[in-house]
Amino acid sequence: MMKERLQEIRERALEQINSTDSLEKLNEVRVSILGKKGELTEVLKGMKDVEPKDRPMVGQIVNETRQAIEEVLENARKELSEKMREIQMKAEVIDVTLPAKKNNVGHSHPNTLALEEIKKIFVGMGYEVVEGPEVEYDYYNFEALNIPANHPAKDEQDTFYINDKIVLRTQTSSVQVREMEKGKLPLRMISPGRVYRADEVDATHSPCFHQVEGLVIDENITFADLKGTLVEFAKEVFGPETKVKFRPHHFPFTEPSAEMDVSCFKCGGKGCRMCKGEGWIEILGCGMVHPHVLEMSGIDTDKYTGFAFGVGLERIALLKYEIDDMRLLYENDARFLKQF
Amino acid sequence: MNTSLNWIKAMVPGLDDVTDQQFRDAMTLSGTKVECFTAYDKNLDKIVVGQIESVEKHPDADKLVICQVNVGDSTVQIVTGAPNIEVGSKGQKVPVVLDGGRVAGGHDGSALPEDGIKIKKGKLRGIESCGMMCAIEELGSSREFYPDAPENGIYILGDDAVVGSDAVEYLGLNDTVFEYEITNNRVDCYSVIGIAREAAATFNKPFNPPMPSKTGNSEDVNDYISVDIEAKELCPRYVARVVKNIKLAPSPKWMQHRLMTAGIRPINNIVDITNYVMEEYGQPMHAYDYDQIAGKKIVVRTAADGEKFVTLDGQERILNSSTLMICDGERAVGVAGVMGGENSMITDDVKTMLFEAATFDGTNIRKTTKRIGLRTDASGKFEKGLDPENAMAAMDRACQLIEELGAGEVVGGAVDIYPVKKECRRIVFEPERVNKLLGTNVSVDDMMDYFKRLEIEYDKESNELIIPTFRQDLIRTADIAEEVARFYGYDNIPTTLPHGATTMGKVSFKQTVKDVAGEIAQFCGFSQAMTYSFESPKVFDKLKIAKDSPLRKTVVISNPLGEDFSIMRTLPLNGMLTSLSTNYNRRNKNVKLYELATVYIPSDNEEELPTESVDFTLGFFGDGDFFTMKGVVEEFLERIGMRNKPEYDPQAGKPYLHPGRQANVIYDGTVIGYLGEVHPDVADNYSLGERTYIAVLDLSKITPMASFDRKYTGIAKFPAVTRDISMVMPKDMLVGTVEKVIEKRGGKLVESFKLFDIYEGEQIKAGFKSVAYSISFRANDRTLEDKDIAPIMEKILNDLSEMGIELRSN
Repeated sequence: MMKERLQEIRERALEQINSTDSLEKLNEVRVSILGKKGELTEVLKGMKDVEPKDRPMVGQIVNETRQAIEEVLENARKELSEKMREIQMKAEVIDVTLPAKKNNVGHSHPNTLALEEIKKIFVGMGYEVVEGPEVEYDYYNFEALNIPANHPAKDEQDTFYINDKIVLRTQTSSVQVREMEKGKLPLRMISPGRVYRADEVDATHSPCFHQVEGLVIDENITFADLKGTLVEFAKEVFGPETKVKFRPHHFPFTEPSAEMDVSCFKCGGKGCRMCKGEGWIEILGCGMVHPHVLEMSGIDTDKYTGFAFGVGLERIALLKYEIDDMRLLYENDARFLKQF
Repeated sequence: MNTSLNWIKAMVPGLDDVTDQQFRDAMTLSGTKVECFTAYDKNLDKIVVGQIESVEKHPDADKLVICQVNVGDSTVQIVTGAPNIEVGSKGQKVPVVLDGGRVAGGHDGSALPEDGIKIKKGKLRGIESCGMMCAIEELGSSREFYPDAPENGIYILGDDAVVGSDAVEYLGLNDTVFEYEITNNRVDCYSVIGIAREAAATFNKPFNPPMPSKTGNSEDVNDYISVDIEAKELCPRYVARVVKNIKLAPSPKWMQHRLMTAGIRPINNIVDITNYVMEEYGQPMHAYDYDQIAGKKIVVRTAADGEKFVTLDGQERILNSSTLMICDGERAVGVAGVMGGENSMITDDVKTMLFEAATFDGTNIRKTTKRIGLRTDASGKFEKGLDPENAMAAMDRACQLIEELGAGEVVGGAVDIYPVKKECRRIVFEPERVNKLLGTNVSVDDMMDYFKRLEIEYDKESNELIIPTFRQDLIRTADIAEEVARFYGYDNIPTTLPHGATTMGKVSFKQTVKDVAGEIAQFCGFSQAMTYSFESPKVFDKLKIAKDSPLRKTVVISNPLGEDFSIMRTLPLNGMLTSLSTNYNRRNKNVKLYELATVYIPSDNEEELPTESVDFTLGFFGDGDFFTMKGVVEEFLERIGMRNKPEYDPQAGKPYLHPGRQANVIYDGTVIGYLGEVHPDVADNYSLGERTYIAVLDLSKITPMASFDRKYTGIAKFPAVTRDISMVMPKDMLVGTVEKVIEKRGGKLVESFKLFDIYEGEQIKAGFKSVAYSISFRANDRTLEDKDIAPIMEKILNDLSEMGIELRSN
């Protein structure tokens, strides 16, 4: 009697479960059978009418029935929720090609990007970054760099004067002298900053631009060290395939002096518009610090030697980012800056 | 400096097989940088000397003639329309480009095509023409350098031209001109001899410079002229010779061709010789009409202040007491080293001339050219400071050419005023030191070989190098090291990295603060601008800055490029507003810029440097308002460890900002900058059609307050309790005053407070605003209860009521 009832409940339950198409309905089915007032619970309440000797057996059948229904219920629930997720996923498809919502982060100036790269290279090689004044004594900009009054180089640089003794520095080399005078050796420094020359504004000139000066003073510093250092620099900035050429040149504050060319990073040295068909691009001036410059700063030239180099930041930026007009660097058009 | 390769090869015969490109590369690597070179015969192909045998009329064209031209191994028929070839002409020698050859350009002298023009045989009005007779323009040159060429027509060659031979060679066009960048230390290389010496040393070939022979007749120059140098320090040497019986004539073709390579137009034999020697020796010379020299005497002295003098270009020059003059017994006859006078210039009637080869103080000449605004080829050389030893050599060379060319009769002897003979400098030879400086191992033998090529001698006894006088740049061992390096080859020097004590790579704190400013600005959407540090003094009016404002006291450039670049900025706004305006007027939307702009505040003492400090300057138009900018300011301050609440004082008094929308930013009692909306008048001045906001933070004040130290405080374990208060207060009362009360009365338990509503309008009486704050309380050690908070709230509310703030129920 009881057994049949349980069998019947079980079959009806399975039937109801299988015909259910939503989680809510499934829950209703669960409550109607297994809930506090559910059918199976009701059956259990009728256990008191069962013969005591039969109770264990009936109890076992009730439990089996319960377990069987619960298992089917759980499977149905799983299946249904998977189905529901699937429907949800289908409904929630978006067009991923719709525009992004950007934060509109700002951009660095190309000069700064170039400087960051240079700083990284030299700080990594143990150089300290130092700065000096832009409005500078003639002494630091010229005289202490072996460019005495009436030296032709003074005319060549088209200096802006404030008065007889004060100029707008024409080169960051002025910072060299200030650092050497401090007398702390060995010295490894780079000095980035603004410099000024009386050039009219055009595509390749600006009366105000930026340089990075480098200086190393120590015992046993050689021209070979200068070459090695700048070769590393060129490869870092322009790529590992870059070839480097040093040509003799003249600067009043270095001796021997050189200019460094790098193989054109656009054509690899075959010759193109960028390198004007030469395969080489002039990048910087450098040399061994002139002994007279060291002496003027009170450095013992029998013990110490050094090298120095100066590179134009705009030159690097224009070449590296293929910017064809220097004026763009000082116009600050957002469409230009956005590209860096 | 431009020189012809053939001229160099005449002194360095061993270079005959060197190509233009090889020459360029080798010279550049040994230190004589070649900027570029031009081969005259680049596009000249199959051009020979032809001789016209007959000229007949063209049957079908009035302006054309048919020529039979002997080109050596054959006679070709050429049809031409050149006006100087007429029917019946015969015997002229002309340059002929043969069928399949090439010329440089057209006969009209217009710009030369890159690859020249190919000449092929063809028919002209039905008559076959095999090749072309050439005008000088078709050969790539001009009448400037070939003055005997007709204005329009075929260039007629001299009788000495050999029929069938290479016409390009005959015309001296088989040459290449090199343009060098000579550095100012190598005065000796501003001459053909100097470059040739470098070339011989570079290629390690024998060097044969001209060796002038003895010149002059049996007369004595001292009977003609005497020289007195009064300004001894400005004129180290003065050499004078006299040439009589002058026969002016064109100079020979070879000389004209060489002058052409230096860009010098031939005039006559005397002028050409002077120019030729100037190019060859680098020593300018001057010729005076001897018959115009009063008192047969030359005096070298300085001018009187305000003295006037007419130079040979007809211009009157006003001189002063530092202008060095060449004078005769009565008057000035030339500005020394710059230009001769009109009164003594050579004319076609000259019979006897005085030849001058002198050296002058370079600085003095440079100053003179600047002062009188006259720069000549000669002054350009003198101002570099010439070697006095070279003056006599150049004079001898010029006289030799005069005799060779039959231009006149050179009087025997020379007047040579040379009070202090220039001695060769001696430098102790330190080969180890040279190698130590270069990082090389060059042998003494190799060094000696390089020195020999450079005419540097070695005195074994004293172990000294003897430097020739023309090498004024070689002073000490470092200079010698460069000579060794140049010829050892910069390329052959090894590449090493410095070793020795390790040094710490670092960036200063100040720079780090600048870097962080840039980072924060970029996070907040601002891009980095760079603007010029100098600007126009008109900027102050544009920014409505008061006439007596200290900002108008600036560092002034004494020689600016123009008024717009004449003062160093004392505030960074002009650059920022100009850049924003550029963007606005180019229709760029929502533009946000920042600049780390140095400003220059002059010192009271003009002898001292100005104070330079960096203003972190932000500016934008488009989306956002005053509070957007305030947010950027606070993000920055927090990032550099300035975590106290900054105060904002609306009484900033900035004339360029909106009077009701500006504030000074105050941190721990110090004004560190300001922000605000740009005053509409100023926006108009900059053509900015949108509300524009700026902020300027003075990094020189901020950097000392910044810190990158971080200390962790525990995350709260106990819950916060919040209380909201809402109030009605006078509209012009700052909410900042409410916040001060909350901070002051709230004490330690106030964790934070936040304005969550502000309202004016309906339901609020006129002149008032409704403001609501949410205050959050928290303790670290317990959960707060009402009894903890009630007394605090009471104190806050009491204070607010006392200030006339009406509290609303909440």
